Amino acid sequence: MEESKMAKGVWIVAEQRYGAYRKISFELVSAARKLADQLGEEVGAILLGSGIEGIAGELGKYGADKVYIADNALFEPYTTDAHATAVAKLVKEQNPSILLLGSSAQGKDLSASLVGKLATGMATDCVDLKIVDGKLLSVRPMYAGKCYGEVAVSSFPQMASLRPNVFPAIENPKTAEVIKFEPGLDPSQLKTKVLEVQKDTSGKADLTEANIIVSGGRGMKGPENYVILEELADVLGATVGASRAAVDAGWRPQKDQVGQTGKVVSPNLYIACGISGAIQHLAGMGSSKYIVAINKDPDAPIFARADYGIVDDLFKIVPELTKEVKKLLA
Amino acid sequence: MNIVACVKQVPDTETLIKVKPDGSGIDETGIKWVMNPYDEYGVEEALKLKEKFGGDVTIVSLGPARALETVRTALAMGADKAIHINDPAFEGADAYNIAAALAAAIKGIPYDIIFCGQRAIDDDAGQVGSVLAEFLSIPQITIVTKVDVEGASIKVVRPIEGAQLLIESSLPCVVTTQKGLNEPRYASLPGIMKAKKKPVDVKDAAGLGITVAPKAKIAKTLPPPARPPGKIICGEEPAEKARELAKLLREEAKVI
Repeated sequence: MEESKMAKGVWIVAEQRYGAYRKISFELVSAARKLADQLGEEVGAILLGSGIEGIAGELGKYGADKVYIADNALFEPYTTDAHATAVAKLVKEQNPSILLLGSSAQGKDLSASLVGKLATGMATDCVDLKIVDGKLLSVRPMYAGKCYGEVAVSSFPQMASLRPNVFPAIENPKTAEVIKFEPGLDPSQLKTKVLEVQKDTSGKADLTEANIIVSGGRGMKGPENYVILEELADVLGATVGASRAAVDAGWRPQKDQVGQTGKVVSPNLYIACGISGAIQHLAGMGSSKYIVAINKDPDAPIFARADYGIVDDLFKIVPELTKEVKKLLA
Repeated sequence: MNIVACVKQVPDTETLIKVKPDGSGIDETGIKWVMNPYDEYGVEEALKLKEKFGGDVTIVSLGPARALETVRTALAMGADKAIHINDPAFEGADAYNIAAALAAAIKGIPYDIIFCGQRAIDDDAGQVGSVLAEFLSIPQITIVTKVDVEGASIKVVRPIEGAQLLIESSLPCVVTTQKGLNEPRYASLPGIMKAKKKPVDVKDAAGLGITVAPKAKIAKTLPPPARPPGKIICGEEPAEKARELAKLLREEAKVI
């Protein structure tokens, strides 16, 4: 294939806010490094922002060979049109073979826009990437994890967005060459504008980025009882989630919902309390590394997916677990 | 104000998905088909804006003959007319080709806002709305939980990790809808009766002047990877079980 001969390099689009990297950036570079080593190609990273030159080299720590940066006030805060215009321009000029983004709020938005601008295909929210016959084969959950698809992209760049928290960030130091590029922004062409950024002041990681999630369902019996989950979460450094039943009952805010019509999460540890495990909930947390179920119904479907299960009253178990964890971590 | 709401017919969230033995896709036998829940928010928001500002709501859907039922549901909710793109050439088509078809259909009608669900709960790709915006060369705002229209601009709320953004865009634009935006109405009985008479324009790829050439392809569909069987922690007292669990999480799983 003519085009594939020309397209070369495994590239990623890094993500930062006000000069601080999002963790997904390092996960992306590490995943790209692995693919690039198999292909014998280079890892390129694109970094957009305002006042970001000082952090560009940091991507080398995870294996980036080249970091392309464009420093412009129009990049902060993120808007689709500014970022997609700049990334599309550079990618068209440099013609990488593979382009990876995060399946984060920003990455979802940017990657889908790039599919249009670059007229290519993308596998969304991938959990595994392989090289088969020199081409990218992306593995991704579909139907919220009820089945998986192996996706091949025949156009270039072959795009994939990666589920946060799934690909490990592995240090693999390279001295990254930092290259400035002209993003080609025309302010009159930018149609969207962020008027206000309202920060969440809870100090908790977002569910999609949390290492540990303590989640409660219908078995919590009411909003006032979530305090026991919050106490456990505080001890663990975890974020509290909820099932659709709990959100629909108005016990917890929409942003806390885990499941097929809520957030899809993959923490290291997911503790499901009073959650029966409706198929639409299992779909949202099935890729968690360890799952704990605490439920008094021994037949609850959640136990079939749990690594560790306790069949008992969560109102007795959870406070005891908080005490035990506190002792262990003391 | 003229509004387009794109809808897709998908399996209900409670559906058990069975993969065909040859990995060529899923077995559709016995599936209950519904409107993609995220698209329902778009239809509802379109109807609310129509109630406020007047104008027309057009439903656009791409899917096989069965998708007409979902189109009729949207009409029964109160939309005025519909375009149903039905062509076997779109079977297994990727976001780029689907968006191309939607764009071709939408180009022929007036629009100020186009709503799409932030993703469809079948393939979970979450791309079509954005690619559609690119085809129409209009701005996009994705995963939105609040919409306010003022004159020729729109203000929306978009939650991201650890923050909420208030974003303004010029019109026309594409907005992709997220749970929390509104509570979609149910179709009333008179609505269902009226919907039967509302116009549905059926188009195929040739009629839209496009050819389908997928760029992304699902080479194989697989069941989810099996998880090793779990351990049920036994004990006399809650404290004993909790202690054992904490120990396992610390020493065996090494996650705390």
